[in-house]
Amino acid sequence: MKTYVIKRLLQVIPVLFLIAGIVFFLLRLIPGDPAAIYVGTNAEPGVVESIRREMGFDQPIYVQFLIWLSRMIRGDFGASIFYHLDVIQLILQRLPVTLTLGFLSMVFALLIAVPSGIMASVNQNTYKDYLFTLLAVLGISIPGFWLALMMVIFFSVKLGWFPATGYVSPFEHFLKGMHYLVLPCISQALLASAIIARMTRSTMLEVLRQEYMTTARGKGLPKLWVVGKHALKNAFAPTLTVIGFQLGNILGGAVITETIFSLPGIGQLIYTAIGQRDYPIVQGCILLTAFGFVIINLIVDLLYSYFDPRIVYEG
Amino acid sequence: MFLRRLIRNKLAVLGAVLLLFLVTMAVLAPWVATHNPFKLNIKERFLPPSSSHFFGTDGYGRDLFSRVVYGAAIALRVGFLSIIVAMTVGILLGLISGYYRGWIDTIIMRIMDAILSFPIILLAIGIMAVLGAGFANLMIALGAVYTPRFARLVRSSVLSIREKEYIEAARVTGCSDVHILFVHILPNCWAPVIIQATISFGYAILWEAALSFLGLGAPPPSPSWGSLLADGKEVLNRAPWLTYFPGAAIALAVLSLNLFGDGLRDVLDPRFKE
Repeated sequence: MKTYVIKRLLQVIPVLFLIAGIVFFLLRLIPGDPAAIYVGTNAEPGVVESIRREMGFDQPIYVQFLIWLSRMIRGDFGASIFYHLDVIQLILQRLPVTLTLGFLSMVFALLIAVPSGIMASVNQNTYKDYLFTLLAVLGISIPGFWLALMMVIFFSVKLGWFPATGYVSPFEHFLKGMHYLVLPCISQALLASAIIARMTRSTMLEVLRQEYMTTARGKGLPKLWVVGKHALKNAFAPTLTVIGFQLGNILGGAVITETIFSLPGIGQLIYTAIGQRDYPIVQGCILLTAFGFVIINLIVDLLYSYFDPRIVYEG
Repeated sequence: MFLRRLIRNKLAVLGAVLLLFLVTMAVLAPWVATHNPFKLNIKERFLPPSSSHFFGTDGYGRDLFSRVVYGAAIALRVGFLSIIVAMTVGILLGLISGYYRGWIDTIIMRIMDAILSFPIILLAIGIMAVLGAGFANLMIALGAVYTPRFARLVRSSVLSIREKEYIEAARVTGCSDVHILFVHILPNCWAPVIIQATISFGYAILWEAALSFLGLGAPPPSPSWGSLLADGKEVLNRAPWLTYFPGAAIALAVLSLNLFGDGLRDVLDPRFKE
């Protein structure tokens, strides 16, 4: 177990390195002088010249990559062309919004997905199960951003129940904050909840067929106990992997959700930065989100071995 | 045998029928559309749905029904071609990785892992931000995002197939690696690839719409469903129908491919049989 944890931690390093490589390579695909791209086309020639020397843009590409990488590792993501602030500062300012949105969306998704997935598996091949299958495939097919717009039309424009845009931190005013976050969270949770629900159903079905389940039922244990204690714990490990993966998609989807609902998070920061060709921000946000996704999956893998200790990890 | 089992799967048939409907609509767009989808008509701005404009008109008086019909062609073409890109590159990389193993396998698969480490939409957004809006760039971005999925699938099939005796026999009789890979190994990898392609096709349509919605996908004034939704978003309280129909079209397209893909999986891959 201990060696597995260490091995898994070491595995993350080359992945992070490659992710950084992909982001570096991507930004070099932008046509034009890389130094000018880095400080903006309106920058003074002297500034462009100094950044060219500082970032080694006059040197071979691998030197450039190493210089760039060492800056990134030190948390130096450069300065925003538009805001004239350090990128890392801008990101940290907006991170709480995106994390709150992501966390609440995942809570929403799980509250819908896990009970409905269990319900469907326990009632396999009944109308409840068919209804579940239908709703799940609809949940996977309906675009979250369309659902968001539809909810704004009905709940904000027509009924006036929820605000269409804006953000209040739930840490300052809990109820008011939640009021602003309900629609964004539901729209962002849709896809994840459908995928997690399907996974919950299929892993539950597999577990319910196992012999120890028959034994548990044969002992006359109450159904709720059998499903909750014996089945769910064993079905949870594979579901957990999907949850980790969906958390990443929720983080990525924040770009769309935050744009629709005008939430001042990382997603909106990327979106406006793309419009303003503020590439240091784009680079910093993508890099940090991808790193976050890798860390989430790492945690999920480690939790997996906790939930399912039978798993033997080889070489 | 295969077809008969597929036909017995009602949801798969429903998916196939919906898909066929969309493909027909896309191919026959010039005849199905009631108006020119690009023609501006300021006198007929923001008309609600009626018998002359089935889905109403937008802020420039363009007929929404005709735009949605033309949008089907964009969605299906971009989705299909990006999956073809992903499949071609992914299959080649997977074959090389699984057959030759060793350092080349390590390099290819680590890069694939790194691409998979990005949330899909975020990587696609990053690529589009750098390359700029446009159809060719959309196919590159979505193709790149989905390549690792195919590479991994093919690689794992190749790993088991290459140990089979008939591969050994082919090698002994002097077949070249290329011949073995494409004639003896590839035909045995198709089932999972086809399933993955069908489901990814649906998602590619979804992501194309999302990127176009953000203004990073299809260039204006092309009536991509995502761009139509972006236009509708600006006038939610004045002309909500501009949001209803394009979104429903996206959902229908993705639904058809998901249903069909699920059905294919049940029939082609007995491991998933419940």
